[in-house]
Amino acid sequence: MTGATTRTGAQILCEALIREGVDLIFGIPGGAIMPFYHALWEYRDRLRHVLCRHEQGAGHAAEGYARASGRVGVCVATSGPGATNLVTAIADAWMDGTPLVAITGQVPSALIGTDAFQEVDITGITAPITKHNYLVTDPRTLPRVIAEAFHIARSGRPGPVLVDVTKDAQQATIEPEWDAPFDLPGYHPPVAPCEDAIRAAAAMLSHAERPLIIAGHGVIQSGATLELLAFAEHAHIPVVTTLHGLGAFPENNRLSLGMPGMHGWVHVNRAIQMCDVLLNIGSRFDDRVTGKASTFAPKAKVIHVDLDPAQIGKVVRTDVPVIGDARLALIALRGLVRPLETRAWLDEIRALEARHLPRQAYVRRERSAPLMPHDVYDAMNDAFRERSDWRVITDVGQHQMWAAQLLDWHRPRTHITSGGAGTMGFALPAALGAALATPDTTVWVVCGDGGFQMTNQEIATLCQEGVRNVKIAVINNGYLGMVRQWQELFLQRRYSETPLTGPDFALLAEAYGIRGTTVTHAENARRAIDDAWRHDGCALVDFRVEREANVFPIVPQGNSIGEMVVS
Amino acid sequence: MQQHTLNVLVQDHPGVLTRTVSLLRRRAYNIASLAVGHSETAGVSRMTVVVDATDATQVVRQLDGLIEVLAVHDLTASGAVQRETVLARIVAPGSRLAAVVTLALEDGARVLDVGGEAVILELTDTPERVEAFIGRLRPAGIAELRRTGTLAMTRGGQNADREASFQSQADGVAGDSDQ
Repeated sequence: MTGATTRTGAQILCEALIREGVDLIFGIPGGAIMPFYHALWEYRDRLRHVLCRHEQGAGHAAEGYARASGRVGVCVATSGPGATNLVTAIADAWMDGTPLVAITGQVPSALIGTDAFQEVDITGITAPITKHNYLVTDPRTLPRVIAEAFHIARSGRPGPVLVDVTKDAQQATIEPEWDAPFDLPGYHPPVAPCEDAIRAAAAMLSHAERPLIIAGHGVIQSGATLELLAFAEHAHIPVVTTLHGLGAFPENNRLSLGMPGMHGWVHVNRAIQMCDVLLNIGSRFDDRVTGKASTFAPKAKVIHVDLDPAQIGKVVRTDVPVIGDARLALIALRGLVRPLETRAWLDEIRALEARHLPRQAYVRRERSAPLMPHDVYDAMNDAFRERSDWRVITDVGQHQMWAAQLLDWHRPRTHITSGGAGTMGFALPAALGAALATPDTTVWVVCGDGGFQMTNQEIATLCQEGVRNVKIAVINNGYLGMVRQWQELFLQRRYSETPLTGPDFALLAEAYGIRGTTVTHAENARRAIDDAWRHDGCALVDFRVEREANVFPIVPQGNSIGEMVVS
Repeated sequence: MQQHTLNVLVQDHPGVLTRTVSLLRRRAYNIASLAVGHSETAGVSRMTVVVDATDATQVVRQLDGLIEVLAVHDLTASGAVQRETVLARIVAPGSRLAAVVTLALEDGARVLDVGGEAVILELTDTPERVEAFIGRLRPAGIAELRRTGTLAMTRGGQNADREASFQSQADGVAGDSDQ
């Protein structure tokens, strides 16, 4: 068969991606996926491929692309180690509800089960960390499978879907049947919340004297930030934003309280403990938010708006579950809830805030090192305030919590981080994806020296792809800092395997072909940021900060969020 | 700990059993018994899973979240008919064997095979009576025991897991609003 409408499985794969609106994919070729790459050459004007340096980087880049754009990210790898290298990124996307389609090559179907070269059971391995996965041995199913994969990845609570395609299925030539109907009789992602649930939620809110909103990732993912602002202002309800909710509500709004949880401000956690009705919109009550769940929000009736029924009651008891889209729920609630009298409640929270001087741990003192971490964040805030075309990708650890606490977040998708999985090495490759998704936006990587050294090889990818809008700030303290902080606070200062060396990061940056500078004193921080920003190309700033600065406040793990260590 | 009997209707795809069982394992539910087979509809299998859990709400939602799971029902409180089959091989001298067979027949068991100094007994009954039957056989010495796991079916004329949504899907009507 070689007629005009016949295609190889690999060509069908490319065309199916294009039909889903994909124009950018991240990956690395290898034996079992070579037919796909061979076909990709014919589609290269419509399907840009970014060659990463490690499949984990390709996976995080696809995540960064998805998180910045709201579209489905796509990564590609070969069988065996190529596929297993994607696993961390897939797990990360699973935890954070990131829409991702991972395509892997598989050994020829005749060799499956024989321990063939580069054979692993990647559908078995990724079953617990994907919404769904497929092993494709028959190319005739490819159009349906790819369409289903994208539908599943982007609908409901978004998440990763893996499609494993055997080499022979990529090579076989067939006449594809496009627009084959889905075979998903068991998948019904909810959309609009039911009216009864909305009415019950509205009634509960209407009687609240100390109402509080927790805004999570779902607000950003459903594009509900304007609706959240409209509802909160209409009903006069203060808003707490989780780590993934940062940017869902402008922090300069009088109703914005800040981030709750393990490293949340004291007044935010106290407000949760004091509130009488807690409206959770699109947060899954992660244990880093709730602390000891049985003591969380003890006085509150809980309303939980979530797309995923399995999140309801999983961690925190729920009085009114609202299954559905956050945006539609907020629009419906606004029509039913009258403005509440919350001035006294807000005054009480603000008095708490003033009393606890939340940033007291971050005040420059005489004995402070020449460059404290918070000096860098202050300088960033100054630089960010003068511009609007930026986003920040953080990695995992102390620098991540400082960024969440100390930078001012106003707009959705400006704060992107690895929250649920806590994947060190996420930021730099995710920034690659975000920078390509939004080429007119400056993407700042804020990472530690530990996480940076896990995936910094993707700087080479930035250079090869001609990316110019990634700027990297390494908060370099020569430690795996968050672990060191726990060792200091909870483990008798036994710094077991946390001191960490590295190369001169500025020289490393220059070796890769991007600009590198080093900052050791607070007074130089702002200028270094501006210079990096203005530089026409990617740049790295190595901030050599005080080595043993800590993140405060902190709720020791397993404690109630009512019990915080402030400094 | 309490036990819950779940009726799980799944698409008859390769790997669907693994997905279902693996979900129970990773969400830390212990499986007391599991029975799987084809249902009355082509392409659809039915599982009866008995799990150790004080509250099954969460596990039902988690299972329902699997793409290939069509419906999940907790039959525990529904008074559903429950049956399990046990096969037991008893090896004993002839005189004692006769006593065992008498006892087994009293309990409603059937004798499937008699040969030399061994019998194979079969009982299909409620899980509780199967348990009691095994207890009564123990003193005679059970050489081998095989159990099917519990099957459960709701009483009356209603097929509990054929919900409207699944019915319409099965009839070829798309249920997803964004398709």
